[in-house]
Amino acid sequence: MAEVIEKEAPAPETPSSPPINFRELLLEPVFDNNPIGRQVLGVCSALAVTTSLNTSVVMSLAVIFVLAFSNFSISLIRNFIPSSIRIIVEMTIIASLVIIADQFIRAFAYDISKQLSIFVGLIITNCIIMGRAEAYALKNPPPHSLLDGVGNGLGYSTVLIAVGFFRELLGAGKLFGFEILPLVTEGGWYVPNGLMLLAPSAFFLIGFFIWIVRAWKPEQVEEG
Amino acid sequence: MQKDSIQRTILVALGVCLVCSVLVSGAAVSLSSIQKENKRLDKVKNILIAGGLYDPAQDIQTVYDNKVVPLLVELDSGRIVGKDAYPEGMHAATYDLKKMASDPTMGRGIDPGEDIANIRKRPKYIFIYEVIENDKLEKIILPIYGYGLWSTLYGFVSLGNDFQTIQGITYYEHAETPGLGGEVDNPRWKGLWAGKKAFDGSGNVAISVIKGAVDPNHAQAKHQVDGLSGATITTRGVHNMLQYWLSDKGYGRLIETLKEGGTRG
Repeated sequence: MAEVIEKEAPAPETPSSPPINFRELLLEPVFDNNPIGRQVLGVCSALAVTTSLNTSVVMSLAVIFVLAFSNFSISLIRNFIPSSIRIIVEMTIIASLVIIADQFIRAFAYDISKQLSIFVGLIITNCIIMGRAEAYALKNPPPHSLLDGVGNGLGYSTVLIAVGFFRELLGAGKLFGFEILPLVTEGGWYVPNGLMLLAPSAFFLIGFFIWIVRAWKPEQVEEG
Repeated sequence: MQKDSIQRTILVALGVCLVCSVLVSGAAVSLSSIQKENKRLDKVKNILIAGGLYDPAQDIQTVYDNKVVPLLVELDSGRIVGKDAYPEGMHAATYDLKKMASDPTMGRGIDPGEDIANIRKRPKYIFIYEVIENDKLEKIILPIYGYGLWSTLYGFVSLGNDFQTIQGITYYEHAETPGLGGEVDNPRWKGLWAGKKAFDGSGNVAISVIKGAVDPNHAQAKHQVDGLSGATITTRGVHNMLQYWLSDKGYGRLIETLKEGGTRG
């Protein structure tokens, strides 16, 4: 996995913690420092669950929930965690949150939980969450970490939903399961692009996304 | 206490585990009844889908109660077990296929040579479902399961009252790749099964899932179903489980019993 690009780390916590800049914390990860686009984290799940918008949205919500609360709780106890068991403590917290999210999805969105199957559980291995815990939550106070988690979750969701939008539209002619482009097989005119339902298409779409964002914000281009 | 001392490390580890385990078990316990109900309704829904009775506008449970009758079958003999002869604790609403198959007294192992569906174990007793409309047997719905690429697929196949024509197939539980093997859930693919003939003239299982599209002019076309592209192994799993469950090793004897008019009890 790609290395974690740290943000300009805010100064170590002073007695009066630094003021919260909502805009920056929430919006910066969406385009300026997108976890998938810039940090190239969490790509595996972005390939797996984006065949339709429904699954993309539910997966996004689950990741925002896990990321926000893992960041928050890790930040809360960051001054108590001995460095020798730092990673395992983070993993325990993240894994617990993932199980809770999974249980809720199974209880309240059963059909979608069947489609997401193992991928909700695999949020545990989503590098964004570990990455943010290590790079941000361990060094910043809880409210900032919570917002950073939501912000990065939104960044992840933006890509997931954009990819899900194109894959479902072009691959199945539908959005949220409603027919948009009538398919040839059902008497319409649209020949669905089967490639869009296969994982490689998500690679292409994420590639396009990274390209567009970097063309728009050239400062993200790494030196070759 | 120092941040990195041994006591501190153990304390933090214990504390984190305690809080996390309380949260996780709390969520699991408090939501389990909703999850169980979801699972049960989903199974009922799939029974209706296999039987071609599913209509999103109607209440699943009402349709089930009105038209579907569960029958307990002793698999090895194909005998239908009367309600008064049910083994203890047996009930259609709570019947758990997986639990029964791995139970030492209620299930049995399958000889590896016969185990083409790759399931290793099967229950001795299984519930099948009859669709009764206007007091007439219209269809039978048979539970099937078998291994695909990643997971065991659990589902139902239904036959018309000629015990020959497939009416529908559906899966209620599997963990195949979404978009590829997971397309066994695709209604359009499931629609291809209706009207196919399960057996050939001499009563052997003839239904087969082939690679690619079926040529409608082929002599065997009435026995063939298109495979799913990009899901060769899942497709083979579906093929194998039908070969197994519809054969004499599976429901063959039951189907004979039913053809002869079925003694109930």
